Amino acid sequence: MSALDNRIDFYPTNEYKGIKYRRGRVLPFGATLVPNGVNFSVFSSAATSCTLVLFNKNEEIPYAEIPLPDEFRVGNVYAIIVFGLDYENIEYGYRMDGPYDPQNGHRFDKQAVLSDPYAKAIGGRDRWRDDSNLKRNYPFRSRLVFDDFDWEEDNPLETPMEDLIIYEIHVRGFTSHPSSGVRHRGTFAAIREKIPYLRDLGINCVELMPIYEFDEFEHSRTNPDTGDLLVNYWGYSTLNFFAPKAGYAATGKYGMAVDELKTLIKELHRNGIEVILDVVFNHTAEGDHRGPTISFRGIDNKTYYMLTPDGYYFNFSGTGNTLNCNHPVVRNTVLDCLRYWASEYHIDGFRFDLASILGRAQDGSPLNNPPLLESLAHDPILAKCKLIAEAWDAGGLYQVGAFPAYGRWAEWNGKYRDTVRKFLKGDHNTVGQLSQCMQGSPEMYLHRGTTAGINFITCHDGFTLYDLFAYNEKHNWANGENNQDGCNDNFSWNCGWEGETDDTAVNLLRHRQIKNALTILMLSQGVPMILMGDEMGRTQKGNNNTYCHDSDFNWLDWSLVRENFDLFSFARHIINFRRQHPILRSKEHYCNRDYKESGYADITFHGTKAWHADWSESNTVFAFMLDGHHAKNGFVKDDAIYVAANMHWDALDFELPQLSENRKWHLSVNTSMVPPETFYPLNSEPVLENQSGFIVGGRSVIVLIGK
Amino acid sequence: MKVTIQTKNNIVYITIQGSIDSNTAGELQSRIMEELVSLNRVIMDLTNVGFLSSAGLRVLLMLYRQLNSNGGKMLLVNVSEEICDIMSMTGFINFFELYSSIEEAEKKFKLT
Repeated sequence: MSALDNRIDFYPTNEYKGIKYRRGRVLPFGATLVPNGVNFSVFSSAATSCTLVLFNKNEEIPYAEIPLPDEFRVGNVYAIIVFGLDYENIEYGYRMDGPYDPQNGHRFDKQAVLSDPYAKAIGGRDRWRDDSNLKRNYPFRSRLVFDDFDWEEDNPLETPMEDLIIYEIHVRGFTSHPSSGVRHRGTFAAIREKIPYLRDLGINCVELMPIYEFDEFEHSRTNPDTGDLLVNYWGYSTLNFFAPKAGYAATGKYGMAVDELKTLIKELHRNGIEVILDVVFNHTAEGDHRGPTISFRGIDNKTYYMLTPDGYYFNFSGTGNTLNCNHPVVRNTVLDCLRYWASEYHIDGFRFDLASILGRAQDGSPLNNPPLLESLAHDPILAKCKLIAEAWDAGGLYQVGAFPAYGRWAEWNGKYRDTVRKFLKGDHNTVGQLSQCMQGSPEMYLHRGTTAGINFITCHDGFTLYDLFAYNEKHNWANGENNQDGCNDNFSWNCGWEGETDDTAVNLLRHRQIKNALTILMLSQGVPMILMGDEMGRTQKGNNNTYCHDSDFNWLDWSLVRENFDLFSFARHIINFRRQHPILRSKEHYCNRDYKESGYADITFHGTKAWHADWSESNTVFAFMLDGHHAKNGFVKDDAIYVAANMHWDALDFELPQLSENRKWHLSVNTSMVPPETFYPLNSEPVLENQSGFIVGGRSVIVLIGK
Repeated sequence: MKVTIQTKNNIVYITIQGSIDSNTAGELQSRIMEELVSLNRVIMDLTNVGFLSSAGLRVLLMLYRQLNSNGGKMLLVNVSEEICDIMSMTGFINFFELYSSIEEAEKKFKLT
């Protein structure tokens, strides 16, 4: 016996049908490997008894059910250590007895075997769309995982927020298409194979759409027209907040999803790429009173869900139920969960789906000072994590510009998306707003700085960038909801023809518009986010709500890199242009003042006439200049950058602001030109012959650098 | 699982047959550790190992760490393609040197 084994609690005190156990430790919640056994701990505010149910993997019937003696309960927490378990081959759950009294919020069901809210892995969906255990009893069983991954020297990267360039990825969508050329399509391992591509593109952060365990078969149905199976593809419906989606791991079937995901994160970090998770804490997969009892409902319905006075479910998420985020216990669960992902998985940041729900009280009313948001902002373990809110919910709360930030929180800038779209299609009355957007939205974030806003023109929700310029209307018929689903306000413009066309002029214009959009995005202050595939013209055939398609609608066709090489090479250029120029990545807002006495204010606004911006309603052109002396508050010297965007249909002559110190304007980007003259490689920009004026083509953007 | 351990020329040869998983990992670890008290060069033959579970991979990694701290080394021989793939996806492969035969592995030890 080694010294370490020399503790009396390493040995059992009780035995039940041959299984040895003893009183457990109440913390941490969940199942933890301890010497000789496993410690199980679970909380319920109203259960009258708790039984631990043990299964062998792949067996229908539990091999043991251990009722926890009442002396194993401390307060409302039941804890037990069970010895001699084959920790790789068992699955577990709980039966909770208690009142079935919906009016008072209780929905206990002793028949159900419940998965552990703190389980670190969940069985049942080990392989994506494997329906072999669809009819199985209690399919979502809890599992044990090793938490001793060898991270070596890895740590979260802590890239300054203003330097981040986010790339939004769906794990399956990114590599499921046969053209991806990877070994295990649609998996974490496959993303790892694509790291060289991501590096080449120049992004330094991937935001993974939900990877918490979910059930792709939830609400699955067959499309009557096509016969396609429609599934819960996006995964915004959490089964468990601590478990990675096993079906996203090539090794999920071997129970190694945790190691595979950690290996991906470690390798991304090694390549300078951060990992942000899109997390869904606003609701769970249990739906409303008609939904299945999988975990939370049967363990402690009244604690985990926001309930109406008569015991039904509030539905601020639009999906049936609402997690009771500001209940003190649930608040701790969310905190425990994020701490777990930050420390165990080295996650760099989190994007919170429908985050406004996290600011609602237990009765659903919006809180002035939401304790959950405040705790997350001040948490010692999450102190360096990026916290990003989708600052609205389905209950009508819209907080873009007003999300309780506590000096930490950033927001998806929905206003940026809409303004840039309107400007690009030539709408009037947008130039003033566009100018705000390109400065990092100081009208909303004056005291929070530019990094309060995540700038995006497209994301998974809505049109792709290509479709934004190929469709006026959504085409969601394949979703089987009579085209009623999805957003109607897309601010899109099809460039003259709805959908695919052979018309060269239309196609050229679409490509130009994509380049215009990417240029505006990469030359805006704030944090840019690109949707996977937008750099190569990915289409969803006009569908702006592809949540249910595990098919070409969502799978990135990698042959587009070649087919649309002009787009890909342009995206790569403009991303790397942003990375090269610190003047584009200011943390503080520019203030239109020359505090460096360089002769130029940090930012100046122009029109077709230099120094004369036109803010009138019918104007569709905008130009601005950034003075490189003011980069990073004047501590770094950069070139001057001049951008002119002409969304008028015809070419216009722009007078250029004159440079001092013998500097000259050089041409980096001119989207009206065809390759190879659309852009010039970094540091090889040709000097302009005419230093006083430039004819900017219709619906085109130019970028000049003064050096 | 069947384990054979032999020592020749200051090299510990370990031959394993069967699966290394949570049922067998503990035994494997303790048996090998006994041999490593005085020696720090290991050749592990996995020709007849059909499956390495998460627990199995961890035993290998613990041995690697143990040997590394003694200035030693463990070489793996004849790792099946499937196991190799799993080791690669879960990151374990980065810690090991893989050889296609015992002779190749011996050469490595003689050269170093």
